[in-house]
Amino acid sequence: MFDLTGRKALVTGATGGLGEEIARMLHKQGAVVGLHGTRVEKLEALAAELGDRVKIFPANLSDRAEVKALGEKAEAELGGVDILVNNAGITKDGLFVRMSDEDWDSVLEVNLTAVFRLTRELTHPMMRRRHGRIINITSVVGVTGNPGQTNYCASKAGMIGFSKSLAQEIATRNVTVNCVAPGFIESAMTGKLNEKQKEAILGAIPMKRMGAGSDIAAAVLYLASDEAGYVTGQTIHVNGGMAMI
Amino acid sequence: MSDIAERVKKIVIDHLGVDADKVVEGASFIDDLGADSLDTVELVMAFEEEFGVEIPDDAADSILTVGDAVKFIEKAQA
Repeated sequence: MFDLTGRKALVTGATGGLGEEIARMLHKQGAVVGLHGTRVEKLEALAAELGDRVKIFPANLSDRAEVKALGEKAEAELGGVDILVNNAGITKDGLFVRMSDEDWDSVLEVNLTAVFRLTRELTHPMMRRRHGRIINITSVVGVTGNPGQTNYCASKAGMIGFSKSLAQEIATRNVTVNCVAPGFIESAMTGKLNEKQKEAILGAIPMKRMGAGSDIAAAVLYLASDEAGYVTGQTIHVNGGMAMI
Repeated sequence: MSDIAERVKKIVIDHLGVDADKVVEGASFIDDLGADSLDTVELVMAFEEEFGVEIPDDAADSILTVGDAVKFIEKAQA
């Protein structure tokens, strides 16, 4: 089950905690993995650690030309991208009444527009091959909302609508488009929270613990696999029961 | 048949997986060759790539048959 031998995957934001876990999981299951990120040294370190079947693709996702070039390069160097994981994302939190145009624009640009552009580059070859898996990492807050994150939540909700629409357009080509929506996951981001903040978060999670990156990676693996061929336009929520949607 | 017509025919055969004898000038992509709307978009993209021409959306909408495609490309390259 869930064997990805011979498949080629591109994971964006592979230097972040979640992206790294996803890349490791797909690699472990046999896929050739393209690692995208902005920090070349971190990409090289992860590539060295994984060993064979890895290529790195540094690119700045807020630069539209670089996003296009990333798609072209990954398609050419990996020999066709079968699995695209749009994982890269940024936050620029702040209360709405004080949110600047820049903070709004930069979050939408990286989290949503880059997804549109990169996916556009890679969808057509997938359609031609009559096989593809597009997996977008959204967030529970894209569905529930979260104060202080109007920009981030808009981008993540946008991703879900984008995925559902694209899923309908290309379903006949055996290209599936799905989302994985993590809840609170232990990461560098949540590591910065103080005890009180942590307690408040855990209080809202029936499982009383944060998730691990591997919990998310497992959901991604499922959607990437041949076994999930009949699943499209869906969002899998992995959140310890925090929101039941 | 002109060179352009031959190349168009080959793209249509490859893409839609239809018999060569069905791909005649008057054959409609959708009605005669079983294409769906995505196929027609993909065909247009394949023509653009093969012939190095740009086919705007409104022109693409008027390319309904094999002959339409050949005529458009001949004109674009003239």
